[in-house]
Amino acid sequence: MRRLLISLVALTLFATWLFGLLTMPRRLPAAEIAAETSGDAARGARIFWAGGCASCHAAVGAKGDDRLRLGGRPLATPFGTFQSPNISADPVDGIGGWRLEDFANAMQRGVDRTGNHLYPAFPYSSYVNMTQGDVADLFAFIKTLPRVAGRPPETRLAFPYNIRRGIGLWKLLYLDSGPIAALPAGNAPAQRGRYLVEGPGHCGQCHTPRTLGGLGGLDTARWLGGAANPEGKGRIPNITPARSGIGAWSAGEIETYLETGFTPDYDSVGGSMVEVQQNLAKLPKEDRAAIAAYLKAIPAVEN
Amino acid sequence: MRMTALLLAATMTIAATAPALAADPIAARQAIMKQNGKDTKALVGYLKGETPYDAAAVAALFTSMNAGAKAFGTHFPPTSKTGGKTEAAPAIWEKPAEFKAAVAKFQADTGAAAAAKPASLDAMKPLFGQVTANCKSCHESFRVKEQ
Repeated sequence: MRRLLISLVALTLFATWLFGLLTMPRRLPAAEIAAETSGDAARGARIFWAGGCASCHAAVGAKGDDRLRLGGRPLATPFGTFQSPNISADPVDGIGGWRLEDFANAMQRGVDRTGNHLYPAFPYSSYVNMTQGDVADLFAFIKTLPRVAGRPPETRLAFPYNIRRGIGLWKLLYLDSGPIAALPAGNAPAQRGRYLVEGPGHCGQCHTPRTLGGLGGLDTARWLGGAANPEGKGRIPNITPARSGIGAWSAGEIETYLETGFTPDYDSVGGSMVEVQQNLAKLPKEDRAAIAAYLKAIPAVEN
Repeated sequence: MRMTALLLAATMTIAATAPALAADPIAARQAIMKQNGKDTKALVGYLKGETPYDAAAVAALFTSMNAGAKAFGTHFPPTSKTGGKTEAAPAIWEKPAEFKAAVAKFQADTGAAAAAKPASLDAMKPLFGQVTANCKSCHESFRVKEQ
């Protein structure tokens, strides 16, 4: 009996230690972070719109310059309501007091300044594919934006999603950098598009289905093949060159959609994509052309 | 007795003010949206200079959109929330005042564009922008893609 008890205690301690080890927040090696003040705010504006920061961090329904006020907003999902934090330049409530190292760790490792895991609703599993330089430029740009006072309420999810440490397991399984879609060799515009789509643009976070009934990572075998709408009714469209996707659209038509919001039939953009399209309309034309080239070049996923 | 009379009067008032329901409201509203797409496409032809500017034809296109806009809001009875490949968002019935306001704005903007009868391409451009801004702003909250 005594021996059984000792074994049980030992097993529990071991399991706790193992869980702790596996779920430990892991930070970026210093060599993978750009020099502290190397960022360029002017260049960072492009990354800001490519990354869609305002779509989750500005107030719901914000228009014009209010989209640069990054005080955070709620995001309702089946797991509960996430609160995107204040990432304005406010030194107290926002990230005005952060160093680039803090920002890069949040963006590319999902670890906040105090060393806690961030929920993957923040798409660091895409941002991990960004260059160090772009992360630094984006940080420099955000520092030039208005300071917004006030913090949104803490994210409160139901058990077991409220155990932040558990996110460490998710990261072990799904946080991975590197190219995703197979592209034909020699297609330079598609390669540039790959960076925008698989990195800052984080298109796959909504357009690719997730494993484990939505809990897991992106099912890269069905990359951009369309998925359930995380915010409720309906589906996020398949944007691969498939019949059930946008195979019938020319590269020029994809570009026009990203610039104006009109489909080839003059239907219009809707839902959460409205903000995304308005962000992408602010990019240089060649970026939209690169995204279009990529979307024409990736493998078709039929539904 | 008095109660019955009141009820009867109330019913008659509702019957008199309720718009005529289409037999298939989902098909009816989808047809209006399809026509909006066609009209927009034709207007873009003028914008891009692919079609020589024709003031009468442009006014007719805006008038067609306005006619659709006027009928559109009547095709959303509570019985038409699902079915027929509808992409109508639940928000239409959850936030009826906002939806009504969005439809009213589309009616007003298309009505103003039709009444303006723009004589030149330059006069037409801002009206086109004003009218088509409604597509996105309404679809953002009130349409969900099903495929």
